Amino acid sequence: MRYPAAVLAILAAMFLVLPHVYGNQSVLFTMMTFMALAQGLNLLYGFTGYLPFGYVGFFGTGAYATSLLVTFTGMPVLVCVLGGGLAAVVVGLILGPLLRLSGAYFSIANLAASQIIYYVVANEALKHVTGGPYGVKIEQVYAPTASYATMLAVLLLATGLAAYFRRSRFGLGLRAMHQDPISAGLAGVDIVRERLIVWLASAGIAGLAGGAYAWNLSVFYPDAVFTLQISVFAIVFALFGGVGTVIGPLLGAALLYAFYAVIGVSAPQYFELLYGLLIVLLVLFLPNGLMSLLIRRNVDVL
Amino acid sequence: MSSEPLLRLEGVSKRFGGLTVLDRQSFSVSAGEIVGLVGPNGSGKTTTINVISGVHQADAGRILFEGREIQRLKLFRIARLGINRSFQVPKCFRAMRVRENIEVAATFAGRGAVDIDEILAGIGLADQADAIAGALTVNQQKMLDLGRALATNPRLLLIDEIGAGLNPAELGGIAELLKSLAARGIALIVVEHLLDFLNRITDRVIVLGAGRMLFEGSLKAASQDPDVVAAFIGG
Ligand SMILES: Nc1ncnc2c1ncn2[C@@H]1O[C@H](COP(=O)(O)OP(=O)(O)OP(=O)(O)O)[C@@H](O)[C@H]1O
Ligand SMILES: [Mg+2]
Repeated sequence: MRYPAAVLAILAAMFLVLPHVYGNQSVLFTMMTFMALAQGLNLLYGFTGYLPFGYVGFFGTGAYATSLLVTFTGMPVLVCVLGGGLAAVVVGLILGPLLRLSGAYFSIANLAASQIIYYVVANEALKHVTGGPYGVKIEQVYAPTASYATMLAVLLLATGLAAYFRRSRFGLGLRAMHQDPISAGLAGVDIVRERLIVWLASAGIAGLAGGAYAWNLSVFYPDAVFTLQISVFAIVFALFGGVGTVIGPLLGAALLYAFYAVIGVSAPQYFELLYGLLIVLLVLFLPNGLMSLLIRRNVDVL
Repeated sequence: MSSEPLLRLEGVSKRFGGLTVLDRQSFSVSAGEIVGLVGPNGSGKTTTINVISGVHQADAGRILFEGREIQRLKLFRIARLGINRSFQVPKCFRAMRVRENIEVAATFAGRGAVDIDEILAGIGLADQADAIAGALTVNQQKMLDLGRALATNPRLLLIDEIGAGLNPAELGGIAELLKSLAARGIALIVVEHLLDFLNRITDRVIVLGAGRMLFEGSLKAASQDPDVVAAFIGG
């Protein structure tokens, strides 16, 4: 699994074949959503060290921008989804100055920003535009198969970007910056620009995923696309697999989401307990995720 | 010998909070010249290097490189103009291999092709090329920082206490390396507590005391200057 093309091909084949052998397409769709989000978060956290607690803000922005474009413009839905990605990138640009903060300050400011977006969107006063607390209805464009394919495309895009960050000249600069920003600057790396590009790419992926998700649900409340749990899942899934790699976040999200889908739904009381336990074990024994088991043995993983 | 200096500082000051760490420094350095920068602990030697290399911004004054003001430029711009440095406390890319550390600078500085093997040999790390940088000794890591700087094809090099903790043979090797760089036309500012070492590579030193330039001239004359003597004894 060293080659980007192989990873992309396996991913695509898997999610094209699975619906034919496993009937519950909604589980598969949500799994892809979280794989895309874990990968999108990994772009930022894994390659620059900025941990965006408010990552869900971009997802919600994409979901709402897509829905509003569908409602008010009548453009093809796919174009509206792209518009959702673009809206998240614009929000990322506006929040760009947050990158000057470091560590926990960045994470918390980003969290606050996502909450602000949520409160604006869900505000009663905006009910004629966003639907306010009553949510969004775009059931006229409901199309489970097309939205499923779109989410798969977003997942492949996120994974392609991660592979690019891991193996390109641009990625070499990122690695240097992540280890020592001052020395990276002295080596000639434009760290402000590289950081901003990664931030916008990460935001864009969440926005596109939000758009495809909104399309797939087609009727939802603001909570559904702004709940903090989405950020938490993306972070935990990515960490579990191993950030800074391409395969890690995919594996982490697939395994943990499958676990959630099996136990979380049938026996939620045990699920919380087991999940908590799993996270504690992870932090204690495998802080760099599943992939570190291979990397430690000098296996060249993507 | 009337060439325009490569680097010129005009009244450069730097404060941290209420503390004035650099107080109106003015001096120049020409291509191919080696200037020693000495002074007691905390006198502002490292800070001088930090403001020239863009790690910190000066609060007042101008820094001119080839006649162009650089005191507001970002680090990578300054590096791409041809100014680079090593660190008193090494700052290499610790999780990367030694060779990769050099490659980053060779790739991004955009100042022409460099021979990575030659740089590795020059800094004495040819045999460690595939080692993880974080596993090197502190002195080797300082040399790696120098290698990272050399990979940008610099015209001005700022070296911060690269000799501390080395044996005489190693010091001799570094002295020769620095002299050969100067012979290639690179200007060097060398911060060093080891005066014998400085004596071998230059006869021009600048002495700092509490952020002020106390003296500029030969090392020998410096040792007889009352201000300099007072600064080193009085602290
Ligand atoms: N980032 C900083 N923030 C606050 N104070 C600083 C900072 N950097 C340096 N200083 C202070 O500035 C003064 C000069 O420090 P500097 O490191 O330039 O001295 P130095 O001459 O290099 O000393 P040494 O010989 O110990 O390396 C010291 O008092 C130091 O505490
Ligand atoms: Mg110092």
